[in-house]
Amino acid sequence: MNGGTHASVMGNRKNKAVVETVAQIVFTICAFFAVLAVVSITLYMIISGTPAILKVGLGEILFGTEWMPTAADPKFGILWVILTSIVGTTLAILLGVPIGVLTAVFLAEVAPKPLAAIVKPAVELLAGIPSVIYGLLGIYLLNPLMYKLERLIFQGSTTHQFTGGANLLSAVIVLAIMILPTVINISETSIRAVPAGIKSSSLALGASHVQTIFRSILPAAKSGIVTAIVLGVGRAIGEAMAITLVSGSSVNVPLPFNSVRFLTTAIVSEMGYSSGLHRQVLFTIGLVLFVFIMIINVVLNKILKKGADDNE
Amino acid sequence: MANSKITVENLNLHYGENHALKDVNMEIADHAITAFIGPSGCGKSTFLRCLNRMNDLVDGCRVEGKVILDGEDIYDKRVDTTLLRKKVGMVFQQPNPFPMSIYDNIAYGPRLHGIKNKKELDEIVERSLQGAAIFEEVKDRLHKSALGLSGGQQQRLCIARALAVSPEVLLMDEPTSALDPISTLKIEELMETLKKKYTVVIVTHNMQQAARVSDDTAFFLVGEVVEKNATSEIFARPQDKRTEDYITGRFG
Repeated sequence: MNGGTHASVMGNRKNKAVVETVAQIVFTICAFFAVLAVVSITLYMIISGTPAILKVGLGEILFGTEWMPTAADPKFGILWVILTSIVGTTLAILLGVPIGVLTAVFLAEVAPKPLAAIVKPAVELLAGIPSVIYGLLGIYLLNPLMYKLERLIFQGSTTHQFTGGANLLSAVIVLAIMILPTVINISETSIRAVPAGIKSSSLALGASHVQTIFRSILPAAKSGIVTAIVLGVGRAIGEAMAITLVSGSSVNVPLPFNSVRFLTTAIVSEMGYSSGLHRQVLFTIGLVLFVFIMIINVVLNKILKKGADDNE
Repeated sequence: MANSKITVENLNLHYGENHALKDVNMEIADHAITAFIGPSGCGKSTFLRCLNRMNDLVDGCRVEGKVILDGEDIYDKRVDTTLLRKKVGMVFQQPNPFPMSIYDNIAYGPRLHGIKNKKELDEIVERSLQGAAIFEEVKDRLHKSALGLSGGQQQRLCIARALAVSPEVLLMDEPTSALDPISTLKIEELMETLKKKYTVVIVTHNMQQAARVSDDTAFFLVGEVVEKNATSEIFARPQDKRTEDYITGRFG
């Protein structure tokens, strides 16, 4: 031992402690912004959404079927609007999720590499297209098609109000396409994350490739697919721009060939000219949408995740 | 060798440019344990995977030669790999139960092959778990997730899962290398009973394991079989200098 030349382990504790503390404070502040945003949005929605409820009555708004906000004796029933959002979102999910999940299976398991190299960027581009463009395409492609269909189906009908193709079905198709990138990307990631051993074991037991996909790979990727569905629902129910353009935007019972109005499109299409109580009711619609999304997020996560966890 | 289950003739395997198995010839005895030993990358696992055609899944993999199982060449064009893999089961290095219940793990194979009857499935599940010496440990939690089992239990579950489709040959690719010594011991004991009903082929890194459990041993080196003989012979009187060097720990 060379006495006296030992390295000292005594550091400048004070300086170090300052850096550590400052860093921690910065992290905390950053994290707090998100919480602050959620809390303030919640508060704002409650404050601005409740006056109309007090004036018109909650039951009147939620369960009324008449929407005549500018009449001399105005009616503010949004039941059809609420149902449109529920039915439209559900149908879009039922249409979009299977297509999305199967596309993800195709990309992760089936597609030859050169083909996947084309499809994958296409899907990613789809995610980047602004929603209003989807709406424009809907007007250009979907609505004329729907109009043809409408004339075919309701030929000679005296009760049907013709919409020119701007109807619930158009909106559902546009929504289904819009959720595809989310569903595909997240499902694909979760399918690729399934351990290779799961696939090999299934094949080694004599399963075909397709059997392996449906019986072991997809069940093993379930939790990720559930996340994909939850995010898809969130995107579909919150979408406004594209479906304003294709859904006709008049308040009606949500039937496939009816012109309909969603919670989001109700706000978008009327906010510009509304005033007074009408304006306050639109904020209430915003509050309803907000509560909806919160409930859906919590409930879907609980139910679907539980189903997935039972197998883990 | 009086009764061989599998006869391999002039087997060559290429991964792209890489000649991974060179002219392998081998007889694998029925109702016995055959061990493949050799250093990493010597081709022993690749060769094992030729016996149930798992290499078919690997891009750029080419196999030439014959693997004759009970008189049929499994590389014949008419072979249905589903039936082949039902007859030749496999257990992997990493225990990899499906993320489902213990029961569903075992019933997976039989269900694939069309067995739906609940009573029949119940019987298969119990028999397979018995066969893999894990029934007593899991009989009260058959419908709980298989992922809750310990590593050693998971591996025996995987063996049970392979047994559930009534194979005749069981391929085991380093089945204990991810396990602790006690679990390893249990699986080695299990192999002794398995060979009464099945033809067992095991790849192992562990020479002592090969010496303990196998009847025959083949020593692989850079894609070639250097020597294959009764295990007692290989370890007592290796014929080839390279085998001797390997089993005495001079390289590998």
